[in-house]
Amino acid sequence: MTRSALVAQVRAELTMTLRRGESLMVTLAIPLGVLVFFSKLDATIPDGYDDPVDFLLPGVIALAVMSAAMVSLGIATGFERRYGVLKRLGATPLSRRGLVVAKTVTVLLLEVLQLGLIVAVGAALGWTPNAGALPAVAIVIIGTVAFAGIGMLLAGTLRAEATLALSNALFLMLLFLGGMAYPIDKLPAVLESLADVLPAAALSECLRGLLVPGFGFPIGSFVVLSVWAVGAPLLAVRRFRWEE
Amino acid sequence: MSTNDHQRSAIVVTGLMKQYGATRAVDGLSFEVAHGEVFGLLGPNGAGKTTTVEILEGYRQADAGEVRVLGLDPFVDGTALRSRVGVMLQEGGLYPGLRTREVIRLFAAYHGVGHASADQLLDDVGLTTDRDRMVRRLSGGQRQRLSLACALVGTPEMLVLDEPTAGMDPQARATTWELVRSVVARGTTVVLTTHLLDEAERLCDRVAIVAAGRLAALGSPHELTSGERREVRFTTAVTLDPAKLAHALDLALDAVVADPAGQYRIQAAGTPSLIADLATFLRDHDIAINSLEAGRQSLEDVFMQLVTEEGNG
Ligand SMILES: Nc1ncnc2c1ncn2[C@@H]1O[C@H](COP(=O)(O)OP(=O)(O)OP(=O)(O)O)[C@@H](O)[C@H]1O
Ligand SMILES: [Mg+2]
Repeated sequence: MTRSALVAQVRAELTMTLRRGESLMVTLAIPLGVLVFFSKLDATIPDGYDDPVDFLLPGVIALAVMSAAMVSLGIATGFERRYGVLKRLGATPLSRRGLVVAKTVTVLLLEVLQLGLIVAVGAALGWTPNAGALPAVAIVIIGTVAFAGIGMLLAGTLRAEATLALSNALFLMLLFLGGMAYPIDKLPAVLESLADVLPAAALSECLRGLLVPGFGFPIGSFVVLSVWAVGAPLLAVRRFRWEE
Repeated sequence: MSTNDHQRSAIVVTGLMKQYGATRAVDGLSFEVAHGEVFGLLGPNGAGKTTTVEILEGYRQADAGEVRVLGLDPFVDGTALRSRVGVMLQEGGLYPGLRTREVIRLFAAYHGVGHASADQLLDDVGLTTDRDRMVRRLSGGQRQRLSLACALVGTPEMLVLDEPTAGMDPQARATTWELVRSVVARGTTVVLTTHLLDEAERLCDRVAIVAAGRLAALGSPHELTSGERREVRFTTAVTLDPAKLAHALDLALDAVVADPAGQYRIQAAGTPSLIADLATFLRDHDIAINSLEAGRQSLEDVFMQLVTEEGNG
């Protein structure tokens, strides 16, 4: 596999990603909508934040990561498997590693677009960047690995329609249990302890730990996120079937 | 067989077995394909053709037997074969969300081939006017043509095509045959499966007829059809009485049958005297003849006979 093959693959993946309107709805419209809507509705924002956007922005970044790495990647890959594309690629000089690299680069580029828009809208709503931004990028990457692992696990084991339904359901569930629009300690105790071990809340809490001055870095959440980032891709690699 | 002999052949398959649960999809298949040969796999639905070619393509592992493609084991040495073998799957394999030209250029890039050759190939398969159409909006036959172009774009040493012309109109089919002949002319080895017996007859140097995972016959279309046909078929402008004709031909009364399509079959060798007697009968009854087939059997005759035997056996 050559570099030009890889570049062509990334370009094709990116073209298809940007052509899928329903995917842009989940990856761009919903996170930005949540950011704007909840910043105007400060009822759910916990005490101790100067501005609702300071609480919301890390959660919305987590939401964006989840939508790009799990929902968009998972559904697209599931249907590529359904249409025999993954099988056909197996007979080309593009190696499986090449395909995985291309998909990774595509997700990261989509996230750059998402984060650019989120930060721009956040800034318009009064958010100011701080020194936590750089380590937050590392957390975003770890979160991407965790959610991409979940997305690929669904895509490589379920029928395409099931991947579509389940990844959207997970997205919605984790939006509510992910501490994104409101803090998880407002949840009933049972749900809160469930949310604590899921990757969504772990990601938004880690990002808050870095981006909100005085929040303190949540080591427990970081451990949970890291376990998902190792476990989900490993399981995906073991379980992935290239043909439906 | 020595290693040298293996390398002389582009493909060597010996005692190939593949089972899915209780289904024996391939049951002890052996054949060889020479370099530059066009080899056809024929057989009814479920005969094991796709399973066989997918083993050649490295997608599936044989349960038993030996498979060598260009001297390599396709399941183990897949990476080395990917740039040398062009593949067309029985169905699917194209990104629905890309445009026709984007797909062929992407496949070209996998092989380090430039846009100009990719676009030329699109022209060769007659898709230039559809180049900006989304793959999901292409017709079935157009998708087949794009798939074929993708198989050809790396100028492979070998082509493995699973029902390449299924769903193509007669013109596209003729274009495909021309394309296959042109790559064969530059030395490419071709393995294809088909249900079209005339396609096999026109395109293949040799064909293997497979039934229930076993080899039922193997040879050139000429060899396979050289047996004398034990049947004469004809159609007429008006109906006639089969029993009367049988009597006139000195045959058993049930030796002439009218099939539902309105064709008469005389179950006897088409000797000159039988044909003469038939002509006399038709003259005496003033019956015009529309068509007459006698002499060499067609590949279809051989196929039907073998496949029916296999079904009964
Ligand atoms: N993945 C699979 N799992 C279980 N059984 C299978 C699988 N693939 C094929 N089979 C079975 O193996 C047999 C051979 O199938 P195969 O697809 O090789 O036939 P074929 O000759 O290509 O038929 P067709 O002309 O319809 O394409 C069939 O009975 C089929 O049901
Ligand atoms: Mg088949």
